Parts: sequence; structure tokens; C-alpha cells
Amino acid sequence: MITLKCLTKTFNRDSASEKQVIKSIDIHVNPGDFITVIGSNGAGKTTLFNLISGAISPTSGSILIRGNDVTTLPEYLRAKNIGRIFQDPLAGTASNMTLEDNMMITCKKGFKWPVISLNKKMRQFFQKEVTCLDMGLESRMKENVSTLSGGQRQALTLLMTVLSRPDILLLDEHTAALDPRNATMVMALTRRFIIEKKLTSLMITHNMGHAIEFGNRLIMMDGGEIIIDVQGDTKKSLTIPKLIDMFGSIRNKTFENDEVLLTT
Amino acid sequence: MIEGIFVEGLIYSIMALGVFFTFRILDFPDLTVDGSFPMGAVIMAACLHGGIHPLTGLLLSFCGGLTAGAVTAAIHNKLKVPHLLAGILTMTMLYSVNIRILSNRANLPLLRVETLLTRVHDYTREFIPPEYASLLFFILVVFIIKKLLDLFFITDMGLVFGALGNNEQMVRVQGINPATLKLIGVGLSNGLVALSGAFAAQYQGFADINLGQGIVVTGLASVMLGEFLLKSNKISVLTLRVILGTILFKAIMYLGRYYGYYINMTPNDLKLIAGILIILSLGATNFKGIKKGSRS
Repeated sequence: MITLKCLTKTFNRDSASEKQVIKSIDIHVNPGDFITVIGSNGAGKTTLFNLISGAISPTSGSILIRGNDVTTLPEYLRAKNIGRIFQDPLAGTASNMTLEDNMMITCKKGFKWPVISLNKKMRQFFQKEVTCLDMGLESRMKENVSTLSGGQRQALTLLMTVLSRPDILLLDEHTAALDPRNATMVMALTRRFIIEKKLTSLMITHNMGHAIEFGNRLIMMDGGEIIIDVQGDTKKSLTIPKLIDMFGSIRNKTFENDEVLLTT
Repeated sequence: MIEGIFVEGLIYSIMALGVFFTFRILDFPDLTVDGSFPMGAVIMAACLHGGIHPLTGLLLSFCGGLTAGAVTAAIHNKLKVPHLLAGILTMTMLYSVNIRILSNRANLPLLRVETLLTRVHDYTREFIPPEYASLLFFILVVFIIKKLLDLFFITDMGLVFGALGNNEQMVRVQGINPATLKLIGVGLSNGLVALSGAFAAQYQGFADINLGQGIVVTGLASVMLGEFLLKSNKISVLTLRVILGTILFKAIMYLGRYYGYYINMTPNDLKLIAGILIILSLGATNFKGIKKGSRS
């Protein structure tokens, strides 16, 4: 589904503050993969997502999505196949608009013409979909999204993204800003949608427990490289101590007590 | 006099709707307005003097404004110029363009030519006096424009415009190029502004290249005054309150012009009053926000 070849990214090239954030990444993501991505702060996880989605362009290397080279394609054109959810629950919805308006905007990707599609049938469809979230939002379809809580907004964003039928789902720590109860709920929804809609997904998380529990494949990044890539049975038998041992033997250094990384 | 306030308010409300579109929905503070308003007026005047049908003149004025807005958006999109500067650039260039359209003159009277209003007056002469005919005519015009805008904002494209002002990232993730949307949005907004200018020229009986001076402030003050009158998240109420706000603004300006001499005020002070009105509105909004405990 996604192939990254010799991908590198250097910020502030040829200046004193030059920083190579991605040092040659090669990875092939198979259709249907659910990959969890872990790594300490500054390992290049979000930069990797920005490169895949097209928000920034790589210094060298190429990006292929479904066999097409999209390395130079702008973000808005690549977005037709990619759904992306950010850590900030406010980033996926328009606050000053109603729930149904928000859902209308995201239910179809691509340029919108001045035609009225928000009719009774669409409203009923949206209401039915929102009912699946089980949050009582179906009676609030005409309220502004700004009146929703962070967890509700993130769940709505997830639903809206899935309804736009992307092939690839990029989740950038999408539960990190939520309280534990809402985080668990959004994670459960995430798993359900990914299985139901057969989405190829990558999920950045700082929660090693989630990283091991979810998905069929796990990659760990450090210093702009992928240092661990496990899948199948190896992934299933993984535990947090094993993961830490693996990191230690590869990097020849012990995990600094990075509290964000070690939360279980 | 009272119908004068309403007619002027209605004419300028078309412009205020354009300002509302850019400032409030697109979140694109657009200063092109100061140039596109007189542009509509001078295109209309040139058309009327050239014997072109007034309706064609209106259409050409609208297209002129559309182009002016598109130029601003293109400067902003392509050269990454901040929107305020892009607007000022277009506005300054339009000053020269407008003089060219008037064949190197600064103003053009429309007293002896047939305008849309004189035609309306001809039709209605037997039933109602001309000033009320104008009032009815502009009520109809503004009503049609308001209805069209309301309809536009519930279309798929209209909804995306709302999202663009709220959350540009959301629009991009949706696979839509925000640059294209800005081009269309700022263009349409300035089309409305030019249309307003074309009506203003016909009502006042002349077109002047300085007609647009400070017009963006008038528009913004009208939008803000309207926001005090009604509260809602429905687009039909939002556009209605822009129109009511403009009429209220014009009424305040009339009071200033006719009774201001009691406190030694001259018509030259009106721009100061308009500015103070905006500052007061902003202050009152902030004050309300503090009371509610949120920054809105």
C-alpha cells in the first residue's frame, strides 16, 4: 500500500541549525496492516507522517502509494486516499459549525460544487452513523461542534474520517490529549473501524501497552531510523520488558527513563 | 429622510455582506473592498454613458469586482504575501485602474443618463412617489441577494467555505485546495462589493473614484453592530443581521450628520465616529467574553 524508499529529511539545510530528522527510511506497508509506531520524543515519528501525507516534502528518496509515485504530489491531492487524525481534538472539526454540517463537509473527499446535498436522507444517514458512537450525539446534530467535549470531538473526527472512505489512516497520538476513560473509548472505536472498514493504518502512540495490544505490526523509531520492525507471532508474544531489552541490545544503551515512553 | 436612511442602508448592506463573507466566514481580512467598491461605481457609470443596458452594466461591475478579489487572492496564494498587504496592493492598483475606466477623470455625473432607478421610477410614477419606489426596489434587490447567499452557504461548497475560516487543515485533509477556495471566495465577496458600488453610483447620481475611501471600515462596523442585535448560528440570521446592522450604522451616521452640529461635529468627523464604533464593539465583545470566563 505504501512504500518508502531511502527517504530522508533534513530541516534548515546548509545552515548552523541543520538537523537530519529522518535518516534513510525504507519500509513497505502491506494492505490491511495496522502498524503501531513508538519512539522517544524527536525520533521523527510525526515527521514521517508529515512526509507520507505530503505536508512536507522529503530531502531525498521517494514515496509510493498503491504503486504510484506521489513524492511531489501536494498534500491536498494525496489526501484523497489518506485520512489523518491529530493529537489536538480541535484539529479535525470546524468549531463554529453544526455536527451535520461538519459531517457533510467530510463525507466526500475532493472539490465541492455549489450543489445542496444535505437533504433529509443524508441527515438520517448521519444520525444513524452518529448513533453508533453511543454518546447521545444523535439529538445534537444541529448544535455547534464547539459545545462537544474533547473525547466526543475526537470520536466524531474518527467517525467522519472513516466515513470519507480513505485507504490509509494516519493516527498521530490521537488519544494523547484525552482522559483515560475517553482514550480507552476512542481506542476501542479505532480498532472497530479499522477492522470493519479494512483500513491500512499507522498509529503513533506513546503508550507502549497500546502499541503492543493493538495492530499486527510494531515499529520503533530512534534518531530518525526504524530500529525495530516486528510482526506476526513475534509481535503477538511481545511484552514491555522484551521490547526494552530489544532496544538495549540494538542501540547498546539503556532506555533513559523517558516517562512518556514507558507509560503502560 | 427616513426612507433615505433605509435606501442607503440597503445599498451598503450588499457591500457589508461581502465584507461579512471575507472577514467572518473566510477569516481573510480583505482590504480590496476600498478599491472594488468605486470600481463597481465607475464601471456602471462608464456603461451607462456608453449606452449599455443597466443590467449588463451591473453584471460587468460584478465581474470587475470578482476579478479584483481574485487578483488579491492570487497575490496572497502564489507569492505568500499576508492577506492585508495583498489587499492593500490591489486596492492601490485599482485607484489607477478606476481612473482609466472613467477615461482619465476622477468623477462622472449620471444626471442626464437613464439609470436602473430612473427606469424603475418611470414604471411606478403613477402609483407611488419616486423615493418609495427606490425603497421598494432595493428591498427587493437585497432580499434576492440575501436569499441567494443563504442558499449558497448551505451548498457543499458554501459549507466548505465555513470550514476554511474555522480550520484550514481540515479542508486540506479533505482533499480540497484551500488556495482555489480563497480565489473563489474573495472573488465573490468583491463581486458583491462592486455590485453595491454600482447601485450607490446610480442612487447618488454620480461615480467618484474616492467613493470607496474607508468603505471597509463602514462594512466592518455594520457587521459588528449587527452582531449585537441577534445571536444565532443559522446562516439566514447571520446575513439578516448584517443587513440590519448596516441600516443601523447608516442611521447613526445620519444622526451625526444632521444633529452633530449641536456638539460642534462636522461631516468630517464621521470617519472618526465609525472607527470609534468599531473600537466600542470590539471592547464590548471582549468584556462579554471576560464575563463568561472564556476568550471568544
